[in-house]
Parts: sequence; structure tokens; C-alpha cells
Amino acid sequence: MLDLTYEAPKPKVIAGAKHDWELVIGMEIHAQVSSNAKLFSGASTTFGAEPNSNVSFVDCAMPGMLPVINEFCVAQAVRTGLGLKAQINLFSAFDRKNYFYPDLPQGYQISQLYHPIVGEGEVLVEMAPGIARLVRIERIHLEQDAGKSIHDMDPNLSFVDFNRTGVALMEIVSRPDIRGPEEAAAYVAKLRQILRYLGTCDGNMQNGNLRADVNVSVCRPGQYEKYQETQDFSHLGTRCEIKNMNSMRFIQQAIDYEARRQIAILEDGGKVVQETRLYDPDKGETRSMRSKEEAHDYRYFPDPDLLPLEIEQGWVDEIAASMPELPDAKKARFMADYGVTDYDANVLTAELEAAAYFEEVARGRDGKQAANWVINELFGRLNKQGLTIADTPVKAGQLGGVLDLIASGEISGKMAKDLFEILWTEGGDPAEVAAARGMKQVTDTGAIETAVDEIIAANPAQVEKAKANPKLAGWFVGQVIKATGGKANPAAVNQIVAEKLGL
Amino acid sequence: MNANELTIAEARDALAKGELSAVDLTMACLTAIDAGTPLNAFVHATPEIALDQARAADARRGAEAGALNGIPLGIKDLFCTRGVASQAASNILRGFKPEYESTVTSKLFEAGAVMLGKLNMDEFAMGSSNETSCYGDAVNPWKVDDRRLTPGGSSGGSAAAVAADLCLAATGTDTGGSIRQPAAFTGIVGIKPTYGRVSRWGIVAFASSLDQAGPMTKSVRDAAILLGAMAGHDPKDSTSADIPVPDFEAALTGDIRGRKIGIPREYRMEGMPAEIEALWARGREMLADAGAEIVDISLPHTKYALPAYYVIAPAEASSNLARYDGVRYGHRARLGQGDGIVDMYEKTRAEGFGKEVQRRVMIGTYVLSAGFYDAYYNRARKVRALIKRDFDEAFAAGVDAILTPATPSSAFGLGEMADADPVAMYLNDVFTVTVNLAGLPGISVPVGLDAKGLPLGLQLIGRPWDEAGLLNHAHVLERAAGFVEKPRKWW
Repeated sequence: MLDLTYEAPKPKVIAGAKHDWELVIGMEIHAQVSSNAKLFSGASTTFGAEPNSNVSFVDCAMPGMLPVINEFCVAQAVRTGLGLKAQINLFSAFDRKNYFYPDLPQGYQISQLYHPIVGEGEVLVEMAPGIARLVRIERIHLEQDAGKSIHDMDPNLSFVDFNRTGVALMEIVSRPDIRGPEEAAAYVAKLRQILRYLGTCDGNMQNGNLRADVNVSVCRPGQYEKYQETQDFSHLGTRCEIKNMNSMRFIQQAIDYEARRQIAILEDGGKVVQETRLYDPDKGETRSMRSKEEAHDYRYFPDPDLLPLEIEQGWVDEIAASMPELPDAKKARFMADYGVTDYDANVLTAELEAAAYFEEVARGRDGKQAANWVINELFGRLNKQGLTIADTPVKAGQLGGVLDLIASGEISGKMAKDLFEILWTEGGDPAEVAAARGMKQVTDTGAIETAVDEIIAANPAQVEKAKANPKLAGWFVGQVIKATGGKANPAAVNQIVAEKLGL
Repeated sequence: MNANELTIAEARDALAKGELSAVDLTMACLTAIDAGTPLNAFVHATPEIALDQARAADARRGAEAGALNGIPLGIKDLFCTRGVASQAASNILRGFKPEYESTVTSKLFEAGAVMLGKLNMDEFAMGSSNETSCYGDAVNPWKVDDRRLTPGGSSGGSAAAVAADLCLAATGTDTGGSIRQPAAFTGIVGIKPTYGRVSRWGIVAFASSLDQAGPMTKSVRDAAILLGAMAGHDPKDSTSADIPVPDFEAALTGDIRGRKIGIPREYRMEGMPAEIEALWARGREMLADAGAEIVDISLPHTKYALPAYYVIAPAEASSNLARYDGVRYGHRARLGQGDGIVDMYEKTRAEGFGKEVQRRVMIGTYVLSAGFYDAYYNRARKVRALIKRDFDEAFAAGVDAILTPATPSSAFGLGEMADADPVAMYLNDVFTVTVNLAGLPGISVPVGLDAKGLPLGLQLIGRPWDEAGLLNHAHVLERAAGFVEKPRKWW
């Protein structure tokens, strides 16, 4: 089971000119639901298609067209909620968020303001072994993505691409429980990892399939604790929202910049204005997009084209029964079952495919050795070539075979590395390749004894030195292994050398 | 008698017996449409489509022929019809020809119906006189003096066309009374089905939670036949109900003995013309004579219905009409140097929408805006729930149908309300909006003429999903009233 004896990390403290300041951060993550079809139309969601090729009459809001909910997207939201240990709302409903923009054909986004499908949950964000932030999730709701406006194709015209219009998004809203830029990035990473485990979002940030709006405020030390006791936001500073970020690095930079900007204003006797800001990664600064006064009045109201979404507990239970093992549980199990370190368990469980690979290698073998091989040899080699685990030429069965040859003493560690390299480039069954290449360490004591006798006879001066200083026996061991072409079992050589030298 | 003057039932029998061909029937209607130009009822005639469909209908035999085989219909401009202008009588959709067919018209065509063309209406179905149309006024075929009268709205073109025998029947839509009021003004039958009975897919939306399509016909029997073809579950409309469609025509037994008819006291409005009061009393007598039990009932929240309706309908409309922005289809304003996207929206919508539509978009935007939402929209929703509860309680007490006047007056003169407070026009819906708010079926049946010689109708309101029972009550009322008057042809 999961070890819950985590300590909360210290909040990030920024020293201003006058005081120390702490950060308070809440995030809204927009995660594109992994689904072949859009939220309310049957149109395809394939990324990178020809502009306006994945567009139905519903998506481009032709007169008289009506939305019909895609059940699979609902299941994905439920699965995500279960993955975040959240309340699943059997009754939810869709609302219209009204605003005009050319990439929003209906003139409104269908979302869930009043009755989201998922309620309160939590995400454990580990910052170091034994240190983790428990970030509370406020809600998850389903909503439509917008299309894309293209302004740089023509000096006088703008264009719109509706391929993404109506694609399902989950908006995952956290409580303001995140206390620093590193925690924010770690939170996004953890959430991304869970979504990828669940198969509910591919987490591709580059394509915009996972984007974050970050709410940042600063307060004096002690204020956050008052907020925690009372849940009264007036103990906290005024927040600014930084919109639409799709890089972990930029999230951290933007938070850091924004916090320092707010601190400078406050220490100067000014007031932070609640507003929406954008981060400019080229200049490394945030700038105002619109103030609270300029904020849209979205005129939310229940979408009359859709009935409330009522799901049954039995259906939720079925989804729950098919849930995969999630990262925290897998990590704990790897540590318990395979004896791997906390650090290694994190590395091995970062990606589901890698974890599955490791487990196939480790099952019935030495877990620590398996972890070393997977992390150092396999991951190292993959990184070097810019490959992912899916592309690995050495399959888990093959690596397991290599470890079996080591375990049985048939090959040495050194040979195993050579064998891995051959398997990587040429493939093949490890035992057969080892046999064909004559990779077999000699454990026949007779052969080793002969070799040791020959080396001792040829090097009397070294024998004297070794007798005076037993640490020098290693030299003989090396000579013997060299003489046997690396095939002699080092353990056996060690023992025989010691006996012959009378150590 | 010309073939275009037949009812659906009569034409169906004549076609079945081979006394008439669908092509001849269609030609008779097309000739009547040509002669009926002064009524401005058909705004996009489709004679080629009609004749193709009529020929196809004539070629069908036996089981191949659906319930409406060869029956020529007019289609309200609010329905999207593939390749045929579908503009909701608005300039903002000028030239718009959808690449898809509404579920209702698809079903009608599957049943063998012939489409004569598209019918005039109030712009986006917003109006009670057909005076907000971009095509100009539709004109009531009834006329008692020099004045041209309104056929009512919003389905004014449908009502005028059916009353003037330009087609055998027509489709209408009803958000607050848009089928029943024009039916009453023109002496025809119009039924608004239970919300969810008829698919809204492919019908230009006005107020999604209230809109329902329905038949406008020369008889209750025709309404039963046409509704049977229009109704049914549609997976493309989430609010469409997955329940079976009974044989409405078979339900017209003419027997309502022992049925309980409720007379809501709150519909006896102050200042109601004596003629309407008398008509209502006659209706009660007719149903009583047929063996029904007449009971007084109370629908206490009736007086809040009209204000609630004029919050909810504009609220939904303001959002539904946001898509008409000039970006993808329909009208786009000519822009000046330096004009941006907001200028494009403002100019396009200012040019494309008429005054009444603009008024309702503004009302709807206002009632949904932050700070007013609870006071208006949420309050109106609560009122709506109370109105529905009033009806539920009446039905739970054993009432089978409710009898009310259909309209507070007979047809008025075109232009007469031009300078009036818009609310005076909204009062036309006073007896009909409650039915939309409660999602119930309601039917308007012509019962008599007023002193001026203009038709008046009564409304029957039924239990949810009981169109069959409702039509049977209406059938009895129709027979008892014996309303056979037709407008004197002046056009």
C-alpha cells in the first residue's frame, strides 16, 4: 500500500526589498480528452488534418444544428475523476458560455459551470523522497474547445480553422494549494502522468493538448495558514491569472516573474489589480491582457439543447473496475515487491510503458539489478538515440534473458553489456547470441588454476609484493581474466588467486 | 371544386382510388400559388421539386406509398431544406441554402409528401402578425372591409396558404403560440405537440426549450395524419423523446363521453371581448353535449406566464442567434477601411436583423447578464416550474383536457400595431404561452365567426404525450362547431 507518511514541502519564499513573501498558486488545466470523435458531434479529432476537414455541420454552427453528447467523452471524464480520487456527480449539466469570436462558431462554448461532472478530488505531488504536496482538486468539467484563428496568412484577412472546434476538453481546477513555481510544474507533471496512465489525455503539451491557466498571488508568511483554517480568501493577496501556457519551463518562469512583479507593486505601496495576463517567453515577462472591468460577461445559462447528464452508479462502478494501477500505487508496489529505491521507482513509473517494461524484466528476477539495467543501460541508450520505450530494439524478454545469463553465472557483467549492445544493433535470442559469440565465462576451476599457476610462475616479483600487501592480489585476478579472454568467472578467480598466494 | 381545396384525407382517398393524380393535385396547388401572390404566403416556390416529387408519388404503388403519398405541402421558411433557400425570413440568412434536410421535412418526404415551396413567417419566428418578415407581410385571406388583415404569426404564411387553399396543409412552428394563433386568425386547425414529440433538428432555433414544430391543416383529421408523419424520436435531437408514436387518426373515435374538460378561471381575462367569452361558453356546451364533464379548475400562476415567457424566450434567442455573425454564411456587411472584427459583427447584425429580432436579442442579453440573471432568468425559470406544476395538478385531479380561448381577438389589420407598445403585440400570446412553458400539447380549432365575420378559435390543451386524446377532443369540438366557412376569394 501507499505510504502516506509524507511531509509537506516548505513554501517558496521570495525576499522582497522590505519583507519576505510567499506564493499562492491555483491552476486550471485544460486537458484534451483522448477520443476519436468530438464532444457533441461525430467529427474526427485527428491532429494536423487539412484545415477545416474535420468539421461537421454542428461544429460550424449551421442553422438548426443540435449537439448530441459523446458517451465515450463522458466515460473519459469519469475515469479521470476516479483517477484523482474525486467525487463523481451522477447528475451534471451543460451551460452555455456566450462570447463572440470568429473561432467560436456558435457564439457560445458549451461547458459545465453550475453542475460539473466531477467534484472534489486530490493529487499527491512528490517533491523529494518523503516530501509531497497534496493538491486538492475543486472540480473537473467537460467543455468544447474552440477553433483556431490564423492572422498571418494574408495582410488584410484573417482565417479560421474549425478542426479543433468542439473537441472535448476537461478543465481540471485545483484549489490554491500550490506554493511555488517548482511545485506548479511538478503538479502539472503529476497530473499529466496520471492522465496518461488513465489514457484520458495524451498530455501532448506541444500540440496544446494540455494547457494551463495559472492563478498567482503573493502574501506575507502566516497569511496562507489563516486562509487554510478559514478557507477565507481575504487572507490572501489579489490574484492574477496567466493564461494558456503549454510548457513546464514557461509555467515556472511566468510564476516567478509574476510573483516578483506583484511583490514590487505591493512593497511600493501599490495594489495588485485582478486581471488576466499573458506570458511572453521571449521577453520573460507577463503582460496585461484584460482587467477585471474588461472581463467578458459570459451570460452563462443552462444549454436548452441538452438534457441534464444523468449517469448511473453501476456504470461508474464498471469504469472503476477497469481502472489501471495508478502511478502512486505502482511506485509503492515497485519499492515493496522489487526492492527498488524511491528515486528509481519514480524513474521507472514515470511512463506507463516503461513501467510495464521494467516489470516484465524484473518479474522473477533480481529487482534491483533489473532496475539498474533498465534505467542505466536501456534508458541511457534510448536517450542517446532520442528514442522512446516504444521504439526500443531490445525487448523486455531479451533483456530478461541477458539478466538470466548473468544470474546463472554463464556470462559476466562485462559480457552482458557487450551482449546488450549486440542485441541492440543486431537483435536475436540472448542465449543463442552468447553461445554463437563464445560468450561464456569459465567457472571450470581446473582451467582457472592452470592460468593462475602460469601467471604466478611468470611474475615472482609481483607475488612477493602481493604477499606483503594483499590488496595487490587484484592485479593477478585482472591478469587471469585477461589471459582467459575475459571469460573466467571473477568470483572463482578471486578465490583461487587468494589460495595460491596463501593470503 | 378544385383539387387544391381538398383536405389531406380527401385527397389521399381520391389518389388511392385513382380519381386524381399527384401531378394534377400538385398542378392545382401551383396554379393557386401563382394566383395567390397578393397573399405573399409562399416566398420561395419550388415547382420543379414539387412536380418531381409528384411524379415519383404517382409511380409508387401499394405499400410503397407512405401516409402522405402525393400530398402537396407548404413548408415554413424556418425549416432547413436541402438546396432550397431557408432564411427564417431574415436578411441575415439571405441566399442561405442548407446542404442538409431537417428531420421533419425528411420524414415528410419519406411519407411521400410533395414540397410546394417555403412559406412566409415572422423573422426568426419572432412576431404575432407576420409583419417582421424580410419578405414583407403575409396577408390573411379573410377580409371583411378594405383593410388587409394579418394572418397572425409567426407561422402567418403557413396559415394564409392553408386557409386560401394554396396547399393542402403546411408545417408550422410554435414557440409561444406561433401555430395556434395564426390558425385561429385564419379559420384552420393548428396543433403544437408535446415538447420532444417532433425533432427540432434542422429547424432554425428561436428558443430551444420552447420550440416545437407541428401541422397546420384544414381539419383535425388532417392534423392527426400530418402529425403522425412528422413525429418520432430523433437521436440527433437530445430533447426528442424516445417514445412510440400512436396512430393519431385511429384515435379520432368521436367519443369523449365521461372525459373531464377543465375550464381555467384565470383565463377569464379582464377586458376580454364579450364575443370571445361567448365563444368559449359555446365550446363548453358543445363538449358537454358530447358527454364530457365540464369542471372549473385553477391555474393560479397564469398571470406570470407572459412575463416569464418574454424573459426565457429572448434569453435563449440571444444565444441561439449569436451564430449569425457574418463569418461563415449568410449576410456579411461591407466593411470600411480599418474596420475590425467587432465592426464586422456590429454592422452585419445591425443590417441583417430586423427591429423586433434586435429588440429580443437585447432583452435576452440583458436578462442573462451578470447581476440581472437571478432577478430575471432564474426567476422566470421558477415561474415556469410553477406553471407546469399548475397543469400537473389539474391533470392529476383527473382533467383530460383544458379548454381556453385561442386568442384574445380576431385578426387585426396589418400595420395597426405599428406604433403600439411592443407589449401590446406580445399580449396576443396570452392564452398560448403557458402551453409552451409547460411543454404540453395544444391545439387551436376554428369554432365560429365574430360579428365582423372573421374566424375565431378555441384552444384545447392536453396531457403530455396525449396528442391522440387531444386530437379526439378537438375532433368532437370541430364536428359540433361545424365550421365550414371559407374566406371569400379577393386575391
